[in-house]
Amino acid sequence: MDYTTIFPLMRAELTLTALLVLVFLYDLIAGRRGHHWFSAVTCGLLVVQVLVNLLPGAEGELFGGMFRTTAMSGVVKSILTIGALIVCLQADQWLQREDTHHKQGEFYILTLSTLLGMYFMIDAGHFLMFFIGLELASVPMACLVAFDKYKHHSAEAGAKYILCALFSSGLMLFGVSFLYGTTGTLYFDDMPARLSGSPLEILSMVFFFSGLGFKISLVPFHLWTADAYQGAPTTVTSYLSVVSKAAAAFALFTTLVKVFSPMVEQWQTLLWVVTVLSITVANLFALRQQDLKRFMAFSSISQAGYIMLAVIGGSALGMTSLVFYVLVYMAANLAVFGVLSTVEQHTGGRVSLEDYNGFYRTNPKLAVMMMLALFSLAGIPPFAGFFSKFFVFTAAFQSGFYLLVFIALLNTVISLYYYLLIVKAMFITPSDTPIATFRTDSYTRLSLALCMAGVLLLGLVSAVYDGINAFSFGL
Amino acid sequence: MNILSLFPAVPLLMMLGLWLSKSRRQIHAVMVAGSSVLLALAIWLVFHYLGLREAGETAQMLLTDSVMWYAPLHIHYAVGVDGISVAMLLLSAIIVFTGTFASWQMQKDVKAYFLWFCLLSVGVFGFFISVDLFTMFMFYEVALIPMYLLIGVWGSGRKEYSAMKLTLMLMGGSALLLIGILGIYFGSGATTMNVQEIAALHNIPVQLQRIWFPLVFVGFGVLGALFPFHTWSPDGHASAPTAVSMLHAGVLMKLGGYGCFRVAMYLLPDAAHELSWIFIILTTISVVYGAFSACVQTDLKYINAYSSVSHCGLVLFAILMMNTTASTGAILQMLSHGLMTALFFALIGMIYGRTHTRDVRQLSGLMKVMPFLAVGYVIAGLANLGLPGLSGFVAEMTIFNGAFMNDDTFHRVVTIIACTSIVITAVYILRVVGKILYGTCENPEHLKLSDATWDERFAVICLVVAIAGMGLAPLWVSDMIRGSVSELIAHILS
Repeated sequence: MDYTTIFPLMRAELTLTALLVLVFLYDLIAGRRGHHWFSAVTCGLLVVQVLVNLLPGAEGELFGGMFRTTAMSGVVKSILTIGALIVCLQADQWLQREDTHHKQGEFYILTLSTLLGMYFMIDAGHFLMFFIGLELASVPMACLVAFDKYKHHSAEAGAKYILCALFSSGLMLFGVSFLYGTTGTLYFDDMPARLSGSPLEILSMVFFFSGLGFKISLVPFHLWTADAYQGAPTTVTSYLSVVSKAAAAFALFTTLVKVFSPMVEQWQTLLWVVTVLSITVANLFALRQQDLKRFMAFSSISQAGYIMLAVIGGSALGMTSLVFYVLVYMAANLAVFGVLSTVEQHTGGRVSLEDYNGFYRTNPKLAVMMMLALFSLAGIPPFAGFFSKFFVFTAAFQSGFYLLVFIALLNTVISLYYYLLIVKAMFITPSDTPIATFRTDSYTRLSLALCMAGVLLLGLVSAVYDGINAFSFGL
Repeated sequence: MNILSLFPAVPLLMMLGLWLSKSRRQIHAVMVAGSSVLLALAIWLVFHYLGLREAGETAQMLLTDSVMWYAPLHIHYAVGVDGISVAMLLLSAIIVFTGTFASWQMQKDVKAYFLWFCLLSVGVFGFFISVDLFTMFMFYEVALIPMYLLIGVWGSGRKEYSAMKLTLMLMGGSALLLIGILGIYFGSGATTMNVQEIAALHNIPVQLQRIWFPLVFVGFGVLGALFPFHTWSPDGHASAPTAVSMLHAGVLMKLGGYGCFRVAMYLLPDAAHELSWIFIILTTISVVYGAFSACVQTDLKYINAYSSVSHCGLVLFAILMMNTTASTGAILQMLSHGLMTALFFALIGMIYGRTHTRDVRQLSGLMKVMPFLAVGYVIAGLANLGLPGLSGFVAEMTIFNGAFMNDDTFHRVVTIIACTSIVITAVYILRVVGKILYGTCENPEHLKLSDATWDERFAVICLVVAIAGMGLAPLWVSDMIRGSVSELIAHILS
């Protein structure tokens, strides 16, 4: 084994591992004063990680094809890391609290571990590698969900999450074992040639799909989502709803297109049904939510449905649209969660829709930022969400899914309604007990500024899209 | 930079200025300066455009420019104007200018109000200069969303309900529109989003046109108050603050007619021929039903909103007649209705601001109390019912003339039915004018009220001058429109 070939190809994973060790050591060495700077240190390291990811790097495979990296996966890893960076910025305020202060290190280490898992999942060239990555991303995530372990909700959410994750992993492994049984290989490259589309293979594809469906929280695999999102600490919820989902969606795209290419008709049918269900059911449930974290859970399920519009065509345009959608969704969703989280910290846990009545009167800047982010999620121009939605619709339309696009478009009207409900609460409905005016800390401000830059500029400036598009050829 | 890009750029600069301004005075200064620049720009554009045509420019679109935006999807930021869009830009500039003065007395959160107002005008101006389907659609949607907050926060009556209804119905329309636009793009070979280029390719298969035409037409038609998708309009207009009603009824509803003509009919001509009868029936219903509904309303804004449904129905009715005369009339009707409905809403807002009621039954004898506003109201009313010498007559005369030129029974029968709306319009206008303006003032409180202030007078005078100007000298504008309309019609008929 020649180490000079390993480093360039695995540089993202290796630096992230090194980073993990550094954070661990910092946790050990730094005293009470040092802990005050924990967030800054981690974010600084993550910035380095983003830069490393963005360096133009080699494409290729290692370990006989178990690990393989492409330019596109490098882009996706950068996006995930930026997401994690923003989440870490938003986490600081929560982690400075009395009851969480002593376990800051745990939070950062667990977060980085899941990120490492996602890296491996994206770069996998073999089902076992894929599974290891997936598990590395899931198990620490359960700890994160249960991070406020003395709070009933958080512990319950953690238990629900881990049970569902285990079940879905089991299902996926079951499917993979069938695949091995029928084809005799687990390598992504060898698989397509040996797949014949027999019923057993279709069954295994469905099992595999279900496993990832849990991670992306598509309907009908979404039942854990609302409870876990509500119970988990808000920062963790935002990480769960954005970064974890984005990685799984990308992995789903590449496996479906690369590995299951002989069964394209079957998985397109499957995806068609699941997309329609995800968008519609989630929208209908979102209408009735009063708790904003639950509300965002359903909103994110429906957004996952829109992401699937980019997957279903399986085209290069779809790949670009998917990555762009994920990036835009990340900016908008993290902005919403940033506001939710900072409000929750300053008010002792007010997260219901009613609490936001009259929010604009007391905290105009936060209210405006939240509104812009919600408009972006709803797909209103000139915000980035409009562009990303347009591109996923174009991708699906190009592949001939007219009816699907039509249903999805009608659903945007429903989604606009519930996003406007929040805008209405903040701007129109008066309140006797509005959330008091408060000052946000500088970390949260920085994170919100990054998100707002994304919401406002990603669409209007086509450079980012062009950059992503440059890598989407050849998948 | 292309001169046309200034139209959306100026409101954007105004937004920046508003954001920086500290006092009410500064806000007003920014608004007046910005909207004057826009008006000057629009007037200059009219003369420049006519000058270019004089000089022998024959291209359909003048002042064109195109910048690549999203290369993989052939999306450009492409602009250009013909006679129709020049007329629409002039209309929008007039309404924005007068709307600024009509909102002079606004007290509540003035800065945010004008910020949204400017964003609305960015959308409107952007839409009229665009010749790229994507850019057009984007500006169209930009114009929709500010309405929610403008009505929801600054409106009156059942404002939350109306704002939500309006936003969702228009969003529903734009959902239909988006799929139609994708259909046009991919149907024509997915090589360009430019309206002119797609029209030149002329290669969308007829069976696909049959699917996309109704979607695009209804999509724009929702905004143009096409029956049965007009229900957002009365509620929305009644609840909106004055300047927003003006801009919305005056300009935004014209986006619908403009889009139906420029996108639905122009790009999908074969289906337009086959399916026009369905929409002709619907628009005839709009025209007559809107007029009858206006007769039984008691709220001044509702009367005017239903009257708008009727008049905007006439716009769609005329373009579906597919001949140059009727379509020229349609564009004239857009201009005329835009001006007079803006005048109406401005006056209703001013009267409401004094009497605090818009109920016809509680108002009477206002002519003695506020003569200036009352006279303005009479002029608007007369323009609305088509008195010769004012703009309404020119437009409706041209439309019915053109419509009657189609010599088959169907077209003639619907034309005759639509014509009845003129009589019904006279009924509801004269009834209201007689009831609220003449007679003795029965409410002693109303006797103490004052007449219009300088800013209100200024807004009213500007609009009256424009209405009379169009009515007395219609040729310069109708000639400008006719040239461009006949090219579009020639393409639709070919």
